[in-house]
Amino acid sequence: MGTGDVNVHEPGKIKKMMLILSKATLDNVYACFILANGARMEGIESEIFFTFFGLNAIEKSKLESLRVATVGNPAMRIPTLIGGLPGMEALATKMMKKEMDELDIPPVGEFLEMLSASGTKMWACKLAMDMFHVEESDIVDELDGVLTVGGFYERAAGEGTHVIFI
Amino acid sequence: METQIGGSSVEVTDEGYLKDINQWSREVAIGIAEKEGVTLADDHWKVLEFLQNQYKNGTPLTIRSVGKSGVCSIKELYALFPDGPLKKSTKIAGIPKPVSCI
Repeated sequence: MGTGDVNVHEPGKIKKMMLILSKATLDNVYACFILANGARMEGIESEIFFTFFGLNAIEKSKLESLRVATVGNPAMRIPTLIGGLPGMEALATKMMKKEMDELDIPPVGEFLEMLSASGTKMWACKLAMDMFHVEESDIVDELDGVLTVGGFYERAAGEGTHVIFI
Repeated sequence: METQIGGSSVEVTDEGYLKDINQWSREVAIGIAEKEGVTLADDHWKVLEFLQNQYKNGTPLTIRSVGKSGVCSIKELYALFPDGPLKKSTKIAGIPKPVSCI
């Protein structure tokens, strides 16, 4: 690529990112959203499949109160006993949100709007919805629909698609 | 490297970004846009002007900041510059490729 011309037929080039979000701790949610948004910014298609606890990230009543895990997360450098004290999760979450804001990374609700505007498709897992008794009306308007695992794999068809589980 | 765009000789990076914004002109912009498959209309020029001002003010560029600028929505930005909105628009605006992931 000498002149910056992007050859869309280049072999091995990523064409589509299929992200599966199975957790809703703030760090996992942001990792997933940044990957999905970053793909769109590069002209790569992206879709997110929200399953198990990942559903929390698109549930209207829960998405603004997601937290960072301070227990069972050695990279936080907080001893497990202290991480379990009341208020520790809230404190770590507040600190992370402040850092994010400084980098112009939006809160979860606004991020979902941004993803939808960018063309990222968002799907809720049917089984997880049944399991947690979540109705479609509980989910943000940006949702593109409810899918089974089979439906998700169908959408992943084609050359240059990558699937990532978060 | 040196190359001919829009009737003038300009210095570009390996990826085709202008090395010096002072070499930018409307003709150069039209030339780069053509290579990127974009036909510039009024709405494009408004975005280009906004990006150049942001760059001159030293403000880091993000898709979110363009969306909040009132110049165009995020959805419109993707429609104006398909397949990499910020990468393409900055290239046509004659400013460096943004290093932001967001």
